[in-house]
Amino acid sequence: MAEIIKKATRESFGEALCELAKDNKDIVVFDADLAAATKTSIFQKEYADRFFDCGIAEGNMIGVAAGMAAAGKIPVAASFAMFATGRAFEQIRNSVAYPGLNVKIAGSHAGISTGEDGATHQCVEDMGIMRAIPGMVVLNPADHWEMKAATKAAIEYNGPVYIRLGRLAIDSFNDPETYSFELGKGITLHEGNDVTVIATGLVVNEALKAVKELEAEGINARLINIHTIKPIDREIITKAAKETGRIITVEEHNVVGGLADAVCQVVAEECPVKVTKIGVQDTFGFSGPAWELLDKFGLTRPHIAKVIRDVVAEEK
Amino acid sequence: MDSSEIRQLKILAAKARQGAILGTYHAKSGHPGGSLSAADIFTYLYYKEMKVDPKNPQWEDRDRFVLSKGHCCPSLYAVLALKGYFDWNELTTLRHVGAMLQGHPDMKGTPGVDMSTGSLGQGVSAACGMALAGKLDKKDYRVYTVLGDGEVEEGQVWEAAMFASHNKLDNLVLFVDQNGLQIDGAVEDVAGIEPLDKKFEAFGFEVIKIDGHDFEQIKSALDKARTVKGKPTAILAKTVKGKGVSFMENQVGWHGVAPNKEQYEAATAELEAQIKELEGEC
Repeated sequence: MAEIIKKATRESFGEALCELAKDNKDIVVFDADLAAATKTSIFQKEYADRFFDCGIAEGNMIGVAAGMAAAGKIPVAASFAMFATGRAFEQIRNSVAYPGLNVKIAGSHAGISTGEDGATHQCVEDMGIMRAIPGMVVLNPADHWEMKAATKAAIEYNGPVYIRLGRLAIDSFNDPETYSFELGKGITLHEGNDVTVIATGLVVNEALKAVKELEAEGINARLINIHTIKPIDREIITKAAKETGRIITVEEHNVVGGLADAVCQVVAEECPVKVTKIGVQDTFGFSGPAWELLDKFGLTRPHIAKVIRDVVAEEK
Repeated sequence: MDSSEIRQLKILAAKARQGAILGTYHAKSGHPGGSLSAADIFTYLYYKEMKVDPKNPQWEDRDRFVLSKGHCCPSLYAVLALKGYFDWNELTTLRHVGAMLQGHPDMKGTPGVDMSTGSLGQGVSAACGMALAGKLDKKDYRVYTVLGDGEVEEGQVWEAAMFASHNKLDNLVLFVDQNGLQIDGAVEDVAGIEPLDKKFEAFGFEVIKIDGHDFEQIKSALDKARTVKGKPTAILAKTVKGKGVSFMENQVGWHGVAPNKEQYEAATAELEAQIKELEGEC
């Protein structure tokens, strides 16, 4: 069992940028007055000459990053998911994605686990917004190790990428010795044929705990971690639908536009099965401590376990 | 510049205007008014000011041009064709299905286009990014961008302006093509932007006001910009929307309407007469 590292993925991201920048002089980082929060400050401390604070002006930041990419740099532009994908949506769409420029957009404080700041800062739409843009790669890593690997893959990939970062410190569950990240490929974390749980991001570990708990009850749930929301791994989802029938999706995002819809699109086309969606049920968030909110929204182990139990019972 | 050089530029600009008319006529859509008002600026930049190589459009050390008012690409395309980036006949398929020349500039498909633009306010930020990259790489290339006067109503323009002066982008030159008209009417009636010079000054720019159809004034402004250190330059160019085609001049209706066959022929003939007269002076 690998050592558990408790860390927010935003921090893993900042560390990864720093490590990658050592050998890659083309990496430049932009932030919009949130460097201390998005953790691009880690990069800023090491590489001040390649860090630019654009101030509270996200639209311009994305445009400047696009111009930098057009001149051969690999710009990383970070802000809160809300402002990066919301305020600057159209700059991302028209100045980055349409010309296919090599800009990496990092959206931190994604989802309701942003916590006390409340609904205006809890972005539950970012994956949907980014997924709707032609050609955009959308990543949602689940723990420290996955975030580090995903950041490396995003930098190595030539083209626009959106990467989702969390504020909340969470336990790692991957083993760095055996973990391998492949863009667009889901990872089976737990084998089983009674039902398939497909989870993404910060709540994958909760889903993992839930499926392990259910083993004792004789429920064998398959668990797939989808770190790449787009392009989504059609093969792993189709195989699961064929082999296990029912699918349950788990995401810290609106059930409209994100993982749930991406999975539904695949199964509707390849192998129609019933899909149960755990996530934010088309509502806004509200203030509160992160774990209390995750619990309220049914995104913690006991709630996920209950849904799996109910779905399996329904099938029998 | 001697008088024959100026005549040559005027001939080229008239040809660029013919290209804009040709393109929009064949497209049955597009934006002739602003294409005509900015044609002299494009012509001077590509023929006198910018270090570019049409045979090597991706040359790393080239000067960059970003048409922030992307809808005025018909005359930019014409200048690029005249420079040899692509064949003049491409203009006749502007905006057609499968054509190289898109309704707004597409850097991926069109040689010589340095940035995809069209959504107003965005090009100027990209130009800032290019200028900053040049500074970071210690390259001496310069970056030029042309905005519309309606375009400066976009908040992003001012975010970019703050960024440019904060980062001391003295390798950036920003033109505002002040033709005074936008789709819904006169700029000052729709959402007044004046005093634009004081605004750019307050945002940390060196500001130069010129007649945007006077090549000597365009030249002296750009020469001055090269001497400005530690801050970007804004050249506020007073222009006439529809310039060069008498029935289009200062007519808001010609913002985004293509000429029909008769209008196309009349405009082309009028510009041809200007060219003949200029050539006669040579």
